[in-house]
Amino acid sequence: MNITVCIKQVPGTSEVEIDEKTGNLIREGIDSKMNPFDLHAIETALKIKEQEDSEISVISMGPPQALDIIKEAYMLGVDNGYLLTDRKFAGADVLATAYALSQGIEQMKKYDLIICGKMTTDGDTAQVGPEIAEFLDIPHVANVKKILDINSKSITVEMDMPETVEIQKVTLPCLITVEKEICQPRLPSYKLKLATSERKIEQITFDDLKDNDATNFGLDGSPTQVLDIFPPTSDKTSEKWEGNGKELGEKLANKLKEMKFV
Amino acid sequence: MAYIKINQDNIKDKNKAIKICPFSAIEEKNGLINITSGCKMCKICVKQMPDIYSFIEGKQSKINKDDWKGITVYVDHVEGDIHPVTYELIGKAKEMAKKINHPVYCLFSGNNIKHKAEEILKYGVDEVFVYDNEELEDFRIEPYTAVFEDFINNVQPTIILVGGTTVGRSLAPRVAARFKTGLTADCTILDVRENTDLDQIRPAFGGNIMAHIHTPNHRPQFATVRYKIFDAPEKLQKINGKITECKIDVEKLKSNIEVLEIKKKEKVKSIEEAEVIVVAGNGIKKETDLKMIHQLADKLGGMVATTRPLIEAGWTEAKDQIGLSGRTVKPKLIITCGVSGSIQFVAGMNSSDVIFAINNDPKAQIFDVANYGIVGDLYEVIPELLKKM
Ligand SMILES: Cc1cc2nc3c(=O)[nH]c(=O)nc-3n(C[C@H](O)[C@H](O)[C@H](O)COP(=O)(O)OP(=O)(O)OC[C@H]3O[C@@H](n4cnc5c(N)ncnc54)[C@H](O)[C@@H]3O)c2cc1C
Ligand SMILES: Nc1ncnc2c1ncn2[C@@H]1O[C@H](COP(=O)(O)O)[C@@H](O)[C@H]1O
Repeated sequence: MNITVCIKQVPGTSEVEIDEKTGNLIREGIDSKMNPFDLHAIETALKIKEQEDSEISVISMGPPQALDIIKEAYMLGVDNGYLLTDRKFAGADVLATAYALSQGIEQMKKYDLIICGKMTTDGDTAQVGPEIAEFLDIPHVANVKKILDINSKSITVEMDMPETVEIQKVTLPCLITVEKEICQPRLPSYKLKLATSERKIEQITFDDLKDNDATNFGLDGSPTQVLDIFPPTSDKTSEKWEGNGKELGEKLANKLKEMKFV
Repeated sequence: MAYIKINQDNIKDKNKAIKICPFSAIEEKNGLINITSGCKMCKICVKQMPDIYSFIEGKQSKINKDDWKGITVYVDHVEGDIHPVTYELIGKAKEMAKKINHPVYCLFSGNNIKHKAEEILKYGVDEVFVYDNEELEDFRIEPYTAVFEDFINNVQPTIILVGGTTVGRSLAPRVAARFKTGLTADCTILDVRENTDLDQIRPAFGGNIMAHIHTPNHRPQFATVRYKIFDAPEKLQKINGKITECKIDVEKLKSNIEVLEIKKKEKVKSIEEAEVIVVAGNGIKKETDLKMIHQLADKLGGMVATTRPLIEAGWTEAKDQIGLSGRTVKPKLIITCGVSGSIQFVAGMNSSDVIFAINNDPKAQIFDVANYGIVGDLYEVIPELLKKM
């Protein structure tokens, strides 16, 4: 079985703020890490490999720094890594990201199963997975919280719905996006780190893709555009209370009584 | 191709020109300033240093916006039980449709649901398009996408609103990708312009920033919105709209997915239903201190909810998380305890009726949204409050 996992590098400390006076973004700490949800996607693949002879490949679209998370994936036990990188992919929205990834995936080893994380901590849309599936013309199941069975023909999963759990049997190839609760990710292994330190990471650029129309990628391939960014505002009237704990607690109790909450 | 043009001659301070990018996507290479693939097109550089950076528009296929008419709400339901987010979206759709003089449509697909369409009309929808097929009994992605595609091809609505539910978040991207159009997730503000362009606003870049997004050259325009962001309209006394039954070739409803079983989860009351909520934030030092938060909630007849760090610490459960990646709540009363008020959290609770915030940092952002900001130590305020109640 060939499994492809989509992983993304995200800011380590994701606190970006905006300076209200200058309108500048302030970012503290520009260190980055693997999207935590994608660790669960990798672990899901590794668990499948324990049961069923498999080869696991990861793909990430991003700048060259994203090589770091592919190396990390190697330390977890992933077999092959691909970095999809090109300046032509810059400024991609969900559609252009998913399209580029689907094109990149087609340059990789043939897949039976694609696994995505539930969402990224920076993009936070949970949409890239389903869009990749559409571009590859394969079925997908989102919010998978358990894999009940997998064989060369199909995968049976539990899909988490608000009030129910649906058990779906899907023919391969297909794509799933997994919930955090599906498994507990392992830690990177030092032994694997040494063993894989020389392992190649394949780079895929725009020129390698089947679609050679640059307007389908990056900013040009993005139907949505950011017009403006601004700090959040609030127009609610508000009052601030100060004092010692005793005064404040009492004042709060009185206010709640006055408002008939107690 | 659209890109950011760099006027190298106007660069006086290279370092400053590089540092302007919050995403570190500007670098120096062979003495020249370059924009790398890390660029998120936030255009901060263009705004801040217009003499150096300028945005060059690419050529865009111009669509005829007049060919696309109507605002559609996707009816989110389980076996005909309509999710209330649907009505909230209808409310927003009506408000926008009035501005551009367009009709409001609903797309309703499922099995044995026809008789429920009447209920939707009561909210003032002009037309409900019903696809009632056996193959649509359970939610499976391919047939539901096929129906959506058929509907869009026939009706050509300019805007489509989908609830940010489990189903909506799986279906909307699939359909948007099929039409190679834009989709903005979890919008918190929506408005429409005269030329039918949808203004979409959502928290973005994983930080305390709102992004204003639009889809100027594609139709339909897709947005998902969470439950409890907008208000449902009043029901009408008299129904004006109509129900249209749609037929689709069953060949198109084929699926590679078989639903084997649907298990009911034990129904636990969710924080979305609570009228009073007490929120525990990172200001809580130990897990056992949550007891005092529960006592407060019990006295108020409410529920306890939480911010993300406490879930990551394993003290509370994901289903009790408020915020952008958790639940959106709109209770009558919410009291936050030791919560800083990050935008991701606030996005999930700022339409609550009355907000009290207890925080010992007078500069905490939560005070920007609180109606009553209590600047104090929660370990002093809450015990005193419990005593006085
Ligand atoms: C894409 C994305 C999505 C996210 N989604 C969510 C989400 O859905 N929900 C969510 O909650 N977070 C979310 N987050 C995380 C969010 O950015 C914040 O990190 C989080 O909300 C902070 O939680 P907090 O306020 O409890 O903790 P902190 O920010 O650590 O704040 C603790 C506060 O407690 C105060 N305090 C400390 N001690 C005391 C005391 N003794 N008495 C009174 N006050 C005290 C401090 O002054 C401080 O303001 C998301 C982040 C990202 C990047
Ligand atoms: N740039 C990327 N490279 C690889 N995978 C990605 C990328 N962006 C998103 N994904 C995948 O899509 C999932 C959902 O991302 P998002 O839609 O951004 O919330 C992630 O958990 C990843 O599995």
